[in-house]
Amino acid sequence: MDVLQLQRKLREHQAAMLREGFLDDQFSQLQKLQDESSPDFVIEVVKMFFDDSEKLLHNMTRALGQVPVDFKQVDAHVHQYKGSSASVGAARVKNVCATFRNFCETQNLEGCVRCLQQLQQEYSLLKNNLQYLFRLQEEIQAAGGSIPTIE
Amino acid sequence: MWFKATESCNCIEPQWPADELLVKYQYISDFFIALAYFSIPLELIYFVKKSAVFPYRWVLVQFGAFIVLCGATHLINLWTFTVHTRTVAMVMTAAKVLTAVVSCATALMLVHIIPDLLSVKTRELFLKNKAAELDREMGLIRTQEETGRHVRMLTHEIRSTLDRHTILKTTLIELGRTLALEECALWMPTRTGLELQLAYTLRQQNPVGYTVPIHLPVINQVFSSNRAVKISPNCPVARLRPHTGKYLPGEVVAVRVPLLNLSNFQIYDWPEVSTRSYALMVLMLPSDSARQWHVHELELVEVVADQETELTAEQRLMVETILKSSNLLATLINDVLDLSRLEDGSLQLETTTFSLHSVFREVLNLIKPVASVKRLSLTLHLASDLPAYAVGDEKRLMQTILNVVGNAVKFSKEGSISITAIVAKPESFKDARIPEFLPVPSDSHFYLRVQVKDSGSGINPQDIPKLFTKFAQSQAVQTKGPAGSGLGLAICRRFVNLMEGHIWIESEGIGKGCTVTFIVKLGIPDRPNESKLAFAPKVPGNHVSTNFGGLKVLVMDDNGVNRSVTKGLLLHLGCDVTTAGSSEECLRIISPEHRVVFMDVCTGLDGYELAIRIQEKFKKRQDRPLIVALTGNTNKVTKENCMRVGMDGLILKPVSVDKMRGVLSELLEHRVLFEAI
Repeated sequence: MDVLQLQRKLREHQAAMLREGFLDDQFSQLQKLQDESSPDFVIEVVKMFFDDSEKLLHNMTRALGQVPVDFKQVDAHVHQYKGSSASVGAARVKNVCATFRNFCETQNLEGCVRCLQQLQQEYSLLKNNLQYLFRLQEEIQAAGGSIPTIE
Repeated sequence: MWFKATESCNCIEPQWPADELLVKYQYISDFFIALAYFSIPLELIYFVKKSAVFPYRWVLVQFGAFIVLCGATHLINLWTFTVHTRTVAMVMTAAKVLTAVVSCATALMLVHIIPDLLSVKTRELFLKNKAAELDREMGLIRTQEETGRHVRMLTHEIRSTLDRHTILKTTLIELGRTLALEECALWMPTRTGLELQLAYTLRQQNPVGYTVPIHLPVINQVFSSNRAVKISPNCPVARLRPHTGKYLPGEVVAVRVPLLNLSNFQIYDWPEVSTRSYALMVLMLPSDSARQWHVHELELVEVVADQETELTAEQRLMVETILKSSNLLATLINDVLDLSRLEDGSLQLETTTFSLHSVFREVLNLIKPVASVKRLSLTLHLASDLPAYAVGDEKRLMQTILNVVGNAVKFSKEGSISITAIVAKPESFKDARIPEFLPVPSDSHFYLRVQVKDSGSGINPQDIPKLFTKFAQSQAVQTKGPAGSGLGLAICRRFVNLMEGHIWIESEGIGKGCTVTFIVKLGIPDRPNESKLAFAPKVPGNHVSTNFGGLKVLVMDDNGVNRSVTKGLLLHLGCDVTTAGSSEECLRIISPEHRVVFMDVCTGLDGYELAIRIQEKFKKRQDRPLIVALTGNTNKVTKENCMRVGMDGLILKPVSVDKMRGVLSELLEHRVLFEAI
């Protein structure tokens, strides 16, 4: 595939992610910060986010598995996750976190478990989409093209 | 009545027999009728004589005659009941005939008169209505006049002082008194311009600093027009008193009060209407009365609030003049008071870019009045190669020029004064007669040479060296000019020296005029409009902008992802970023070199604690870095907590590049920034 087609695919994919709510404006802000002095800024931040997510999701699962459930602990994890997802612009993840926190407050175990499952789902969807995005970017760069930014 | 003449006495006898009872009653009735008929005209005459105006006197006469005759008829009838002479009968007949005539005439006349009389009644009613209407209008006019008088009194009170506090307090008090208000309050915009803070109230002595975000729809509505707007008593700006018990709050009205900020004034450059800031005045009627806001009360409020209407060109000129003069005066006074600093050389010149032409223009404007009174002509020659803009200490250069020109005017009784300003060429330095002065012009600097020649009293060449010493007056001054303290030239020399220049006086002698020349070194600006622009915050594009050239900042966040994002953001803006993952680490690595600390306060009380510890670590406020909280919490409590622990700012996450740029600019300029929540 030639560079133009790849770029078009990338643009479409990014636009779709925005449309579906996987990403929001904060992600475009991150892309703006990428320049010659930090060419892999976005990828680095996102990688950090993935690591963070996995750690937090693991912690949440463990905390919900305990008896009795320490909702404060769970809430702390969710709060952290909400913060990091907001920073990278992971909108859907952030929204689920918001609902999750409400359930923690009301100590609704069933709601919490449901939210956790949702979180895991959203996270893997996001991860797949972003990894596809980065692969496209790599291919474009390898072919000598430049990454189009989304407005 | 039938009558037949009797043979004997030529008398007439009534036909019917004298029936005693009937006749007696007839007799009595006739008598009373006659009496009444006679008294009616008497009454009429009496009352008409009393009334001043009665248009129909002749009608009365006619009517009177008719009545009298009727009465007479009835009276004469009394005699006809018994036997009576022919004479009586004849008189009777005559009376009757007359009565007939008059009564017919009266009847005919009444046909004309009665409609007229009735219409008089209608007119009377009409006039009464008109009078009532006029009374009402008079009442209205009187109220308006009273309102006008009140406004004038209020304005007079308000304008009797220049102290802003007094003005505002007086406004509130007088308004409260005039309109019998329950409460009157003034909300002023905070320094950041994002909120309104309760500044003055009528009843409460020390209002606590309630704040309200400025972009509420109701506030925008009030600010968008200069009318007094009725607002709901439940909106935040109107909730000024604690609700004690249930009562129906009185009607509330709000109006905008335009504010003139002195910082808005740049000479020759007035602020646009759109950048004006407003305060909000809220007025509440007493709660338990059924009073409503009247139109004239609203008008009163509008007039009082809008004390600063659009100034006319003439007023503008006056205000500008006052500003300029007081500016200069303030500098003069400061410098005299700082003479000690000048002495030991610790005075430092300021460096700004300014327009050379405007400096000379200013001096000319300030001196012209004095010169024209003394009938001295002033001329100014600015060389064409003189740069439009220069870098240096504008105020002190102007002061020097003003002093020199002022002296020229002071010591000249007549003639002319000429001021020339040129760029000093290296050749012209030779004639400066000061061998040790070897200025070196370069690309970034030029030497300004100003010469002021006057045709005044001149100076004895021997006295010239003394002129520059403090407090020494020339003995040879023949004119009784205004006494100076003798500081002027000494100060000028100091300034000129600080500007790496030289000043000297030449005079041929007494009465031969005097020439003062000075040369100063000024910088050439890189770009002519450098001074006008502040940091241009909206730089589009993806390039690395070095607006904040190496500004040292510290980011504290325990979340790695957030930390990286914030760090990347600040790096992108050209800052020198250090990060800390915990409060302890932050305290360990923080130093006075860090200008700003961004800390995440999402996680519990750590952030507030850290803020306090940082403040403890740096004793002096100017040394310590500005502390700004980053939070995703749109919670008023968070903001209040931040303010309480003494943080300098708060911004809401997520932060975009443009937002962070604006935030940093604002912070560095104002040292405080609390985003509206």
